[in-house]
Amino acid sequence: MSFAKDMESYAGLDMSTTIHGKQRRDVHQALGKERPGPDDLLALLSPAAGDMLEELARKAADLTLRHFGRAVQLFTPLYVSDFCTNRCVYCGFNAEQGSKRRQLSLEEVRVEAERIATTGLRQILVLTGDARAKAPPEFLEQVLNVLREFFPSLLLEVYALTRDEYARMIHAGAEGLTIYQETYDPEQYARMHPGGPKQDYAFRLDAPERACRAGMRWVGIGALYGLGDWRMDAFWAALHARWLQDQYPGAEIGLSLPRMRPHAGAWQPEHPVADRDLTQILLAQRLYLPRASITLSTREPARLRENLLPLGVTRLSAGVSTSVGGHGSGQAGTPQFEVADDRSVSEIAAMLRNKGFQPVFKDWQPFDTVAA
Amino acid sequence: MQDMNDIFEIGGERLNSRLFTGTGKYGDDAMIPDVCAASGSEVITVALRRVDFQAATGNVTDHIPKTMRLLPNTSGARTADEAVRIARLARAMGCGNWIKIEVIADNNHLLPDGYATINATETLAAEGFVVLPYVNADLYVARDLVSAGAAAVMPLGAPIGTNRGLQTKEMIRILIEEIDLPIIVDAGLGRPSHACEAMEMGADAVLVNTAIATAADPVTMGRAFGEAVLAGRRGFLAGPGAQRLRADASSPLTGFLEG
Repeated sequence: MSFAKDMESYAGLDMSTTIHGKQRRDVHQALGKERPGPDDLLALLSPAAGDMLEELARKAADLTLRHFGRAVQLFTPLYVSDFCTNRCVYCGFNAEQGSKRRQLSLEEVRVEAERIATTGLRQILVLTGDARAKAPPEFLEQVLNVLREFFPSLLLEVYALTRDEYARMIHAGAEGLTIYQETYDPEQYARMHPGGPKQDYAFRLDAPERACRAGMRWVGIGALYGLGDWRMDAFWAALHARWLQDQYPGAEIGLSLPRMRPHAGAWQPEHPVADRDLTQILLAQRLYLPRASITLSTREPARLRENLLPLGVTRLSAGVSTSVGGHGSGQAGTPQFEVADDRSVSEIAAMLRNKGFQPVFKDWQPFDTVAA
Repeated sequence: MQDMNDIFEIGGERLNSRLFTGTGKYGDDAMIPDVCAASGSEVITVALRRVDFQAATGNVTDHIPKTMRLLPNTSGARTADEAVRIARLARAMGCGNWIKIEVIADNNHLLPDGYATINATETLAAEGFVVLPYVNADLYVARDLVSAGAAAVMPLGAPIGTNRGLQTKEMIRILIEEIDLPIIVDAGLGRPSHACEAMEMGADAVLVNTAIATAADPVTMGRAFGEAVLAGRRGFLAGPGAQRLRADASSPLTGFLEG
């Protein structure tokens, strides 16, 4: 099985013409459905729906409240290595960047973990660049083992692994995985990834499924908005998420909405995504996937994050550094991208409470320590 | 407060309220004590996965009044084995020996796995837990749960969080008739009238979380559910008259005898 097969079934469709041809009545029809289908999703992502965001927002807010209540999961990324063998044109970790590279020792991981734990955060997202030789699965297992002492919930955002390797990560304590396809347009994908193992579009596309098959509890996917046509990428990401939901109902599938941010390179997005566009992506994906968790990172500024919160967002990063060593274990490396919301965990938590939301720090823990 | 001679007992414990409440989805856990007080509820369920025993403060259990009977649940469990492990952890952590079994392996609809629930119930009941399993309204599953040692059966009224009311009404009616254990309608009750209807039918209790926690005013909604449960119970005890399709004069056929 592969989501690629599902994508192939749309090969005969002129998606751009279809999406731009959608009318208000199509959007109204989509809004009236209990379970919108792919054609409805195209309507919700269309320019016509772009003129009806308030209507979309009302239903999206209602669905979010119904399924998630007023609880918002907080987490922070922990960058443990920025060595990378890829040449992704949009990324600050690009192998051709001359910046000094850094990888945390396990003792440094422990120091960073201790510092993050004092903020109250209980869910950590472990990140690396794509350099298997430097940060092999064995290293990731060791990192997870250290972090398990401090955090009940561990997620990974690393290079694409095999199914067996994902199973190893689960055994080492990983609850979930985030992996973005970046852009679902294969031609644009090839242009954005001119060198390195990440060039393999199909291997990356199937990574979330491999993780599900290995038994990962939570799998987050998405596009990096700005690389390709955002309407198409939002469509495919949502379709991919529902496909995973249908194939692997035991896994919780999440979506993220990362948007291109300034970084150490000079590349600028070819398909800029305005705040209004990002809002439409969020609303369309929430309406199409009422139960999916949706993450909004600190790539977005504080005011936008706060305004988008009730419309479908259920996970926020907080107290973020995008550098290896950024939590104080030593000299910080080069940031992967600039953070737009640099508020501390306590400030984000206070903001949530002021707005009537509950910051959730813990929502799962491995129970394998209990006698069977 | 229920009538003095209307006894409601689970696991050997007498309860004054037939409304169970929950702790999820609130904007602020600090309102939980007020909801408990307003609703009169004495039993409150909490997802063990959200309880952080290592956190010094900020735990949901900090907000649960000491007078409440804690009903930890196994939310997040995808298998019977996970549910059993969570239950044991709950007891080891001092949450008592009541456990609500939730085994859900389908995140799309959040429907409970009956087979896994029966298996977990059997294991935990044998270990002395007071097991309250959350299940589909299914007679065969309910009978197996009786055999497995459950202390009650908790059929869903509608899928979790939908607020759609008693969509499984006829099946619940059968459980009430056939199962000699307390029937606690759980999940899907969205309005006080839904809870009232379940109690009028003869359900022993209801569990309501989303409808209260996501209301604009959870405390007032909690009170409304408490009153509705009481009204429904009284209506059930009063023995409602039979329903008829047509208006019915008091003695249409034998009235002539009094003339």
